[in-house]
Amino acid sequence: MKKETDTDIKSNQEQSQPSPDNGNQFSSSRRRFFKLLGGGIAVTFVLQDAFAFLADPENTAVLQQASPKEVGAWIHIGENDVITVYTGKVEVGQNIRTSLAQVVAEELHVPMASITMVMGDTDLTPYDAGTFGSRSTPSMGPQLRKAAATAQAMLLDMAAEQWKVNISALRVADGKVINTKNNKSLSFGQISKGKQLLKEISDNTSLTPTEKWRVAGTSVPKVNGRDLITGRHKFVSDLKQPGMLYGKVLRAPAFGASLATVDLSAAKAMPGVVVVQEDDFIGVAAPDAPTAAKAIEAIEVSWNKTQQPSRSNIFDYLKQHATDGRGGRGSAEKGSIAQGMAAADKKLAATYKVDYIAHAPMEPRAAVAQWENGKLTVWTGTQRPFGVQDDLASKFNLPKEKVRVIMPDTGSAYGGKHSGEAAVEAARLAKAAQKPVKLTWTREEEFTWAYFRPAGVIEVSSGVKNDGILTSWEFHNYNSGPSGIRTPYEVPNQQIQYHPVESPLYQGSYRGLASTANIFVLESQMDDLASLVNMDPLEFRLKNLQEPRLKAVFEAAAKGFGWGKTKPAPNHGYGIGGGTEKAGFTATCAEIAVDPGTGDVKIVRITTAFECGAIINPEHLDNQILGAIVQGLGGALFEAVDFENGKILNPHFAQYRVPRFKDTPAIEIITLNRKDLPSAGAGEAPIVGIAPAIRNAIADATGVRLKTLPLVPDGLKANLGAP
Amino acid sequence: MELQVNGIKHTVSAWSETSLLYVLRDELDLTGSKYGCGEGQCGACTVLMDGKAVRSCRVPLSATQGKQITTIEGLEKEGQLHPVQEALLNVDVFQCGYCAPGMIMSAVALLETNPQPSEEEIVAHMNGNVCRCGTYPRIVRAIKEASNA
Ligand code: FES
Ligand code: FES
Repeated sequence: MKKETDTDIKSNQEQSQPSPDNGNQFSSSRRRFFKLLGGGIAVTFVLQDAFAFLADPENTAVLQQASPKEVGAWIHIGENDVITVYTGKVEVGQNIRTSLAQVVAEELHVPMASITMVMGDTDLTPYDAGTFGSRSTPSMGPQLRKAAATAQAMLLDMAAEQWKVNISALRVADGKVINTKNNKSLSFGQISKGKQLLKEISDNTSLTPTEKWRVAGTSVPKVNGRDLITGRHKFVSDLKQPGMLYGKVLRAPAFGASLATVDLSAAKAMPGVVVVQEDDFIGVAAPDAPTAAKAIEAIEVSWNKTQQPSRSNIFDYLKQHATDGRGGRGSAEKGSIAQGMAAADKKLAATYKVDYIAHAPMEPRAAVAQWENGKLTVWTGTQRPFGVQDDLASKFNLPKEKVRVIMPDTGSAYGGKHSGEAAVEAARLAKAAQKPVKLTWTREEEFTWAYFRPAGVIEVSSGVKNDGILTSWEFHNYNSGPSGIRTPYEVPNQQIQYHPVESPLYQGSYRGLASTANIFVLESQMDDLASLVNMDPLEFRLKNLQEPRLKAVFEAAAKGFGWGKTKPAPNHGYGIGGGTEKAGFTATCAEIAVDPGTGDVKIVRITTAFECGAIINPEHLDNQILGAIVQGLGGALFEAVDFENGKILNPHFAQYRVPRFKDTPAIEIITLNRKDLPSAGAGEAPIVGIAPAIRNAIADATGVRLKTLPLVPDGLKANLGAP
Repeated sequence: MELQVNGIKHTVSAWSETSLLYVLRDELDLTGSKYGCGEGQCGACTVLMDGKAVRSCRVPLSATQGKQITTIEGLEKEGQLHPVQEALLNVDVFQCGYCAPGMIMSAVALLETNPQPSEEEIVAHMNGNVCRCGTYPRIVRAIKEASNA
């Protein structure tokens, strides 16, 4: 057997050796690679990845060549017929564990059950920048398809050689290569037996065309669905290690506060409690969670507070601290605003304000950290396991291979878990305690010390001709971010600027990023312009729109909703809004009802049309769109982080309202399947039309043109009462 | 103190005012019940106490004496899922699934007392359970399906 292996190494070397002068290192690396994975065949996106991954100290040439790429993965076909996909992407509820397995099953012609997905483990999977920006489907998906197709081509070659027949006499089905001449078959495992073949992904493989998909394109059920409904799945917060302690961190009372005096003696005196103080970080580890909480309470501490912004003055603060937006990310300039405004028959300027909102994932941040023989292993729920590995390596001054980050499927993120705060905190405590430590953030900590979707001020000024043609569009976004800042409408004169601000609260990514704010403003302004020139809002949009994919979703949503077919009932209103984000195109129509007595606003129904190329899993796509709609309702209607002088005032579900069963209207989802277009991610884009559609429906019902998000945290009473 | 969970009697060492959720998860390693808020606001920790849905994060150990507790781990009988679980699986409801155990226990309690609930009754009963992934209409669909099973 050993001999056979050597032969294989040699023949394969000729095909895919990275460079002629490190062939020996190459084969030793490969042996180590397969020692880890088991024999068989493996296809990797980039060959160097496999060696960089081994961190082979003798193989520095390869290590240096290996620059981190956006995506990395390999597929391994074992001698036991088990197919394992190793990817740095992670599962946070967007169902990529299922959809990525589907595309591999498709190209390899194997049943779903034969595929195991190993995800987000820095020791087992190649580098990946992270799971965000809806990149998994468009970037990882096609690469995995190619890798699977490459593997299949290898298997066919090997079978043809073994049987001494032409490849054209072979076909693949159900994980087997079948010789059509004599109906003999070999399983993938049998073909790969005794081999250690490593090959780089080939760009020349032919992929199954979308029309021929049998597994991809269908509603394969969630692969680990049963574990979730039986409570068997272990989230990070469910994990235990032998001898594990429970950690807790002392939190400052507000942003910008620093330690003045501290007395740790009472906490230190508690049996079994380890207390750690490093600068402003104070934490404890205790044999159980209640003791850890008691130990934190026993710490006597006073703080130096500084003057910090409040929600009441945040928008002034953002304007005052804004930087110049010229040349900033997303900024664009076209034609001349002066000319555009001169050419306009009607002009409209407005200022919009958008609050900070929280992701509030149901599973708060959590980590289990363990030090063993100088190596740190941390289980944590993060969208960037390799980023957290970097953070830990630099924090503890360790080489990266001494840090392993493992990400079990996690209780959601929505763009809110790019960071690794809990991981670093747990590792600090575990290091001091010399025992594994679990740290689970409380809901209050999650609402306070995680990061928020940015607050922002957006100023827009625009001009339009009486016939409804836009002439001018000037758009300034202060702090909320550049995503979705460009207008999809045709305007000859534009000035678009994003002005970053040093945010007083932690802020970061969100579902759809800043486009929830930018498209809200864009589509609100479009509605007000339509009304200024007495045009139907849909007609006005279509008149100024060229992008056929966006047009198509507007038309599909309008058709499903019955736009223009009926007039809303008294105190009801219809509204429309849409846009494009991350290669997804979305449009939403909403019907709302206002109670003229109380000013309460109720969402009656929502129709959302969405298109993101070829659909990989219709049922899961539908679910993602649904999730975006429901989350969008919260941000549209009532979600806002309240704070005063740097202190968060509503860090509980009792005060920070999130959408519940009762808030959910009748929802119709229309998906357009563009089999001719590459698949894009769907977790984010469908959120962007919700807030403007609702806002415009409120305007339709009442004439009140709201300019803030959330729109109606306290209903419309104040607006309706105004003269 | 003693605790009856899923038909088994346990002796636990926690103080009487400790929350049931803590005892289940940390002492008995029944981690199916989840922490989502610790304040009775999200339903992730829902278990049955003598057949009624309670938020285990708000139930002190002392209040469980002499009562039968059922957790998500106790629903499946010899590999046979509860009809609510079957229906949820069938409708392929969940995204991250963190809310799932609490949702299921709430739904099971509903169907115990009201085997054929209307949509309004489902919504009213389930309103204390948060699914931040927003799968509500699918959950309602699955509960209806289970009630017709
Ligand atoms: S954890 Fe008990 S209701 Fe939220
Ligand atoms: S599925 Fe994620 S919270 Fe419900």
